[in-house]
Amino acid sequence: MTAPVSNPNHPKRAVHAFHGGIHPPEHKVDSNQTPIATSPLPPRLIMPLQQHLGKAAKPIVAVGDHVLKGQRIAEADGAISAHVHAPTSGTITAIEDRAIPHPSGLSDRCIEIRTDGEDRWIELEANEHYETLSVEEIRDKVRGAGIAGMGGAGFPTEIKMHPPQQDKVNTLIINAAECEPYITADDRLMRERADELVKGIEIMAYALQPGECLIGIEDNKPEAIEALKRAVGGTRIEVVVVPTKYPSGGEKQLIKLLTDKEVPSGRIPADIGIVCQNVGTAVAVFRAVRFGEPLISRITTLTGDQISRKGNVEVLLGTPIQWLLNQYGYQAGNPERIIVGGPMMGYALNDPDAPVVKTTNCLLAPSAEELPLAEPAQACIRCGLCAEACPAELLPQQLYWFARSQEHEKAEHHNLFDCIECGACSYVCPSAIPLVHYYRHAKSEIKQHRQEQEKSDRARIRFEARQERLEREKQEKEAKRKARAEAAAKAQAAKQAPAAPAKPVETAASAPAQNDPKQAAIEAALARKQSSNQEAEDPEALKTALDKAIAKLDKMLDALEQAKQDNPDQVEKLTRAVEKNQVRVNQARQNYERALASSNTQAANTTAKAPPEPKELPSREQLVTNLEKARAKLEKMSDALEQAQSEQPEQVEKLIRSVEKNRIRVEAAERALAEADKQEDVR
Amino acid sequence: MALLTLSSPHAKGSNRTSDLMRWVILACVPGLALQTYFFGWGNLHNVLWCACIALSCEAIVLKLRGRAPAFYLKDYSALVTAVLLGLALPPLAPWWISLVATTFAIVFAKHLYGGMGYNPFNPAMAGYALVLISFPVAMTTNWATPSSMLADGQLGLGDTLAVIWQQSPLPDGFSGATPLDVYKHEIAYKTEETVRAFAVFGEHFALGWEWVNVAFLLGGLVLLGLKIIPWQTPVAVLTGLAVPSLLLGSDADQYTPLSIHLLAGATMLGAFFIATDPVSSSTTPLGRLVYGFGIGLLTYIIRTWGGYPDAFAFAVLLMNFAAPLIDVYTQPRTYGFAGPKRGPKSRENQ
Amino acid sequence: MLVLTAIITLTLLAIGFGALLGFAAIRFKMQGNPVVDQIDSLLPQTQCGQCGHPGCRPYAEAIANGEDINKCPPGGEATIQALADLLDVEPMALDAEHGQEKPKQVAVIREDECIGCTKCIQACPVDAILGAAKHMHTVIESECTGCDLCVEPCPVDCIDMVDVEHGLSDWKWTSPDRSMLIATDRSSTEYGRSTNAA
Repeated sequence: MTAPVSNPNHPKRAVHAFHGGIHPPEHKVDSNQTPIATSPLPPRLIMPLQQHLGKAAKPIVAVGDHVLKGQRIAEADGAISAHVHAPTSGTITAIEDRAIPHPSGLSDRCIEIRTDGEDRWIELEANEHYETLSVEEIRDKVRGAGIAGMGGAGFPTEIKMHPPQQDKVNTLIINAAECEPYITADDRLMRERADELVKGIEIMAYALQPGECLIGIEDNKPEAIEALKRAVGGTRIEVVVVPTKYPSGGEKQLIKLLTDKEVPSGRIPADIGIVCQNVGTAVAVFRAVRFGEPLISRITTLTGDQISRKGNVEVLLGTPIQWLLNQYGYQAGNPERIIVGGPMMGYALNDPDAPVVKTTNCLLAPSAEELPLAEPAQACIRCGLCAEACPAELLPQQLYWFARSQEHEKAEHHNLFDCIECGACSYVCPSAIPLVHYYRHAKSEIKQHRQEQEKSDRARIRFEARQERLEREKQEKEAKRKARAEAAAKAQAAKQAPAAPAKPVETAASAPAQNDPKQAAIEAALARKQSSNQEAEDPEALKTALDKAIAKLDKMLDALEQAKQDNPDQVEKLTRAVEKNQVRVNQARQNYERALASSNTQAANTTAKAPPEPKELPSREQLVTNLEKARAKLEKMSDALEQAQSEQPEQVEKLIRSVEKNRIRVEAAERALAEADKQEDVR
Repeated sequence: MALLTLSSPHAKGSNRTSDLMRWVILACVPGLALQTYFFGWGNLHNVLWCACIALSCEAIVLKLRGRAPAFYLKDYSALVTAVLLGLALPPLAPWWISLVATTFAIVFAKHLYGGMGYNPFNPAMAGYALVLISFPVAMTTNWATPSSMLADGQLGLGDTLAVIWQQSPLPDGFSGATPLDVYKHEIAYKTEETVRAFAVFGEHFALGWEWVNVAFLLGGLVLLGLKIIPWQTPVAVLTGLAVPSLLLGSDADQYTPLSIHLLAGATMLGAFFIATDPVSSSTTPLGRLVYGFGIGLLTYIIRTWGGYPDAFAFAVLLMNFAAPLIDVYTQPRTYGFAGPKRGPKSRENQ
Repeated sequence: MLVLTAIITLTLLAIGFGALLGFAAIRFKMQGNPVVDQIDSLLPQTQCGQCGHPGCRPYAEAIANGEDINKCPPGGEATIQALADLLDVEPMALDAEHGQEKPKQVAVIREDECIGCTKCIQACPVDAILGAAKHMHTVIESECTGCDLCVEPCPVDCIDMVDVEHGLSDWKWTSPDRSMLIATDRSSTEYGRSTNAA
């Protein structure tokens, strides 16, 4: 089984082995005997805004809008996100929470489209030769098509088409293993559209420039292997056949099989110069680049004994699962069970009205006989069969004890988070313990605990900072009181000493003296306030204040508009509020501008001040190094900004501001240098 | 409408705890058959008698603990304990020895620790050790004499029952010391040849015992082939026993030779059926090697220098103590890690 | 003579051990009071004062000095369990005198009713309320600990405590122990009890 399988094109390519693994009944012939069918057009489509990993997309259509097939209806929000497109032409009928395919059974924001049956495409931008495009353009097209990993995780594909920053990509792996029982979507796709697949891989290779490009496929798909080998002729792509063993299609396992490398714990394949893409994704990339088609449909396996017409269908995203299954002779079993994905890693659907999404590779409706419900769990006897089956080389049985007794620290110490939840341990467990369920529970508990800990740490810091501030204020007050008392005593003494010769002038002089301590205190307070104001008059803070005020004003205005229509009695109050807010905005703007001006003059002052006193003038070298330093910093900042744009969108705004600041600094340094040079010339 | 929501996987393999246990019992059958052939009806009676006690105890305790007896009895674990005890106890030991050993095994060693899966000690060996310590005479003098040493053949079924149920005294000549016992005591002042001439050693190594051990070895190999027991434990046990007997005890005029260590006494039964009890043994692959080696080594040490002729029960129990610690220090390396994490994570580091 | 030897020996021993202890005390000196820090890190940091102390750290100090561990309603059972584990004492039921365990909440100011009195700002233990005198206030939701100390001082009762919303982002897998309610398995609860006692 694990003997190296040789490849005719590259006889030296050996297939390595990963630890563990199981051989569950495959049930692949149930669905891979018929060609891919096309599902009919459903009356309505439900497009969840989040069909991928990362942030949900933002809708850019409104209820009542008419959309065309392929029209973008929701836009990616931030770097790790994906667009959503209308799978057919029709009218937007709702943007609201609907059942989505997710193990939680919760609902999430979706766009509902009532189809008009015309299936009218939006204008597409085709391109015959991808080589004529720049890598950047290709990535834009992939991003524009809203492609997310179609193997199951749904990671936005465009991001994986950026080579890692420091390193180049050594190996591009196309995951065609499809190791889950029952699923044959990739199998049929490879048999029927191998050419599109290979072109898609070539496009991805064009963007990534990998050292080698491998297709990993299990040896239980001879027809697909044949088709692939025919299609890759004349390319540098290698088809590597791996022995059938679940979970060889797990990303980490496939990497081990093909390259003998391991992805370090907590890292991603890109960190070791490997990028993995799914077969379906490659085809979607091809269609996006060649025809400009966005991702609006996918191939899904419909299988299980409750479905009479098993097979693979090309189905529009957003098709309600219940409706889809009904087209293919679905009979609800008892108990009714629809599994999204395969029997090993899929999840049972809570609401069959949930739609097909970008990651739905299989809908499995098993009868109670073919996949019996879980038996009652018996006690763990530590037989160790789970450890033998575990592809991550964990000790599932020990993790189970820790998870069950809530010993989360120990579970983490035993690498709980390296569990890929493949289900091999539960499959082999003789006591029928739902091991994976325990790990999932423990993982979510730990994650929640971490979040809470983070929040409580923040609360502690804030609390302590406040305590400190209160203490400081108290001390200041105390000091002030003391100073006042002292001054009063002094004044009293002063008043008593020159009491006898009372002249008007002196009284006039003594009056301010008497007032003096108070005055001094007030002045001191004012000065303090001024200084603290100056501190607060950081243009940044004022800018955000201004933004906030403007936003508030906008909100008010909206509310006013609304009120004008709905309840006129509120209008007056709101008008007043708007006015007040207007004033506030103006004030904020003034503050901001003033602060900006003052900070500029400050910057200018520092530079302007230098020339008049040549002795204090910094040497030219110093100025040059200053300038260089400032420039380096600016560059670093810009880099950070770029990185943030792709990785941490929430940081971007902050970074833009600091880049701006640095730019001013560089300019000031340049000016200073120029000034110095001028001085030099004059002398 | 809410459908059934469950965590994956939805598919289940064919492994079942009860099947594993049944296979263990089945693999004991050849050994039991040969024991019956060589040592009379005693062991067979004991196995059945222990089974009755074990199942009753299990049912009663489960009832007391508020569990469903039918569900838990089906896992066959009590039966395995009973069979192992019946095989290990002397064939002609009085009935109450079996009763005490089995009751202690099920009630104290198993259920008081939380039942199946929670017991830190091998229940059968705990029961065995209890009666061995408490009733040393009954435990060491009741080993039946191999049938071939008896002119008129072994005791009949009726006579055996009468002896065990103490209706009649044990007739002379039908019981005696085991080969391990004989060799250990006689070699002190005799040479190997004279000791080997004793009838208990028969023509080859140990009359009767050698074949019983071979039968258990075969049964164990079947279990290994079916992957019901891990290979590490029995291999390590036999290595742990063989290494010191080759290094230290190579002088057969002074120490028991390897052949007798391996083929007399409870060696094969212990290595394949007792040490492999998963609940009380170490669970990591490396840990099983350490655990098994420890059992083999301790067995050798107690057999050679200790007060008991055979020592498997003590060796197993002592290593049971060490198993959790062994686990902590023998963690395997997880995918994506440079090396294994070994040892406990200290509390202070957090 | 014998007595003298004994006295000398004991004296030397006493000096020796004293020196050793003194050395150890300096060499292995702990900064601060680690127990208080550990306890403090287990408390939920709502700073609500329901325990009768002005904040979580003072309560942590009180626990370190022997006060009961069951006076923190926001932490609830989980915190009591964690404290019991840390201090190696029996876990006890939450002291009802200090309040009930409630789902997590945050304060929300009904902004149109706010009169800008700053009383809530002064009450907030974590500075999570923004605003100035005569200006509308608002709660920074992400920093609000849900202590509800701001509710009482508000003269116009414009602060609501609302339950934190749960959605996909914080969805958790349920425990299989809870979802597998089968007659044969009472072991889960029993196991829980045995670990509690341990």
